[in-house]
Amino acid sequence: MLTQNRVYKKQILYRMKIKNQITANGANLPRRLFLRYAGAGAASVGLLAVDACHKDHKVVPFTGIDVGQGDSGLFNFTYAIKQVEAAFYSQVILTPYTGMTGDELTLLTAIRDQEILHCSFLKATLGSKAIIALTPDFSSIDFTNRLTVLFAAKNLEDTGVSAHCGSGYLIKNPVYLTLAAKILSVEGRHAAVIGNLLQNGFFASTVGSNGLNTNLSVADTLIVINKYLKNKVSAVSFNYVLT
Amino acid sequence: MNLFNIIKEIETADPEIHERMSPRRDAIKNITSFGSKVAVAALPFAFVTLFKKAYGAVPTPAVNDVLNFALKLEYLEAYFYKTALSVPGLIIDTGYIETIGNDENGHIGALRQLLGDAAVASPQFDLTAKGAFPDVLSNYDTFLTVANMLEDTGVRAYIGQATNLLGNQLLLITALSIQVVESRHAAAIRQLRKSRGAVIEPWITGSSSLSNDTGIPSFNANYAGENNVIQNGIDVTTLSSASGSTTPYAVATQAFDEPLTKEAVLALVAPFFA
Repeated sequence: MLTQNRVYKKQILYRMKIKNQITANGANLPRRLFLRYAGAGAASVGLLAVDACHKDHKVVPFTGIDVGQGDSGLFNFTYAIKQVEAAFYSQVILTPYTGMTGDELTLLTAIRDQEILHCSFLKATLGSKAIIALTPDFSSIDFTNRLTVLFAAKNLEDTGVSAHCGSGYLIKNPVYLTLAAKILSVEGRHAAVIGNLLQNGFFASTVGSNGLNTNLSVADTLIVINKYLKNKVSAVSFNYVLT
Repeated sequence: MNLFNIIKEIETADPEIHERMSPRRDAIKNITSFGSKVAVAALPFAFVTLFKKAYGAVPTPAVNDVLNFALKLEYLEAYFYKTALSVPGLIIDTGYIETIGNDENGHIGALRQLLGDAAVASPQFDLTAKGAFPDVLSNYDTFLTVANMLEDTGVRAYIGQATNLLGNQLLLITALSIQVVESRHAAAIRQLRKSRGAVIEPWITGSSSLSNDTGIPSFNANYAGENNVIQNGIDVTTLSSASGSTTPYAVATQAFDEPLTKEAVLALVAPFFA
């Protein structure tokens, strides 16, 4: 509830900012924009209750895709990361970079297959609560360039690993926590292999001097992941609202 | 509201209040500076959070058992790498092994910090595991196979303990952040073995009849159950893959590492304890 309140507060502040802009402009043109920020998935109900003066306005669906609440929200969060990873490696295998060795092709294909299975599994487990298929945006990646591809792969794997480390404590259902830990381990193996492909011995490059992997919040993770997506993902109940 | 009185009253009811509040102990000690930094109106709220952390998130005896269990494994790994590195000419990929050894030392530090006075001391070790690996400190390939087994077993031990730390922010972030480092090590050690001719992949690869992919039959128990393909009640081989509407068995085993119970792990590593 505390988290939720903080999100509401942030949204209300944002609405006030937009409202001020409307007044300053002396026009109602940004109304569509305003509504876009006003209607943020699950939080919109509470938001409208707080801000009664706009209760008559119809809330248009938010352009972002919200992961939802609770454990299914967290699994959707993982599912979003996995969708990006699976799409990324599928593209890597479809259009191999210049000079890809046989060993590299084998490793990258194996990672692709494991990521695809993680996706299929999360989708099956989430059932009707699963978010829609996301549309990747890899326009920033030159898939013919080995280093560019491996840097992107490293960024994705390290982000995925850190996301698991940083969000596992939010999981309520022990079965889900164990599943997350099982997947996290394999993600760690991917990250090590990609690190070593980039530079031999870089298998633990995001490990601090204390021997602990870095960890990322849901919000900080989605900032990275959304860079690779056309339809952006939000996590309102985990303090991440698209702006 | 007199916060000192509240603390005192709790002290009479629970003499261990300060211990419970560790690692927030400093915040309690420096109560005045703590107060001055928090808006007065927010104080009751801050204390609710503080007490919630104290009673909901700080090591209980059961949690200490989990952390000490992990600590024992880390002591073993750290001793294993440190000893091997001290043998002239044994380690060829020095950079890899030094990195891994340093991480294990870090894990010891992190766990000891969480445990405070409750941390167990390091036991004595027998790296030959009562003679099972007589050349572990003279044959690099034997050293790597034992490292492979210890890292994978460590990963499985952490997976098995995750639910005992359910909902505990500090402990679970720490445990998961250690677990994934162990899996990075496992993958790297497996790659070293592969580079020296072993038939092995960075991820544990099983079949319906085989769960131990290390090529060392005496490790079978360390890999028991690793060829599981049922996740959350779903046979994941029935799910779609890049190649079609089903997933190959090997991929299904690679994509998920499996837990081991504390009892199983302790039995497996027992020969390494002198």
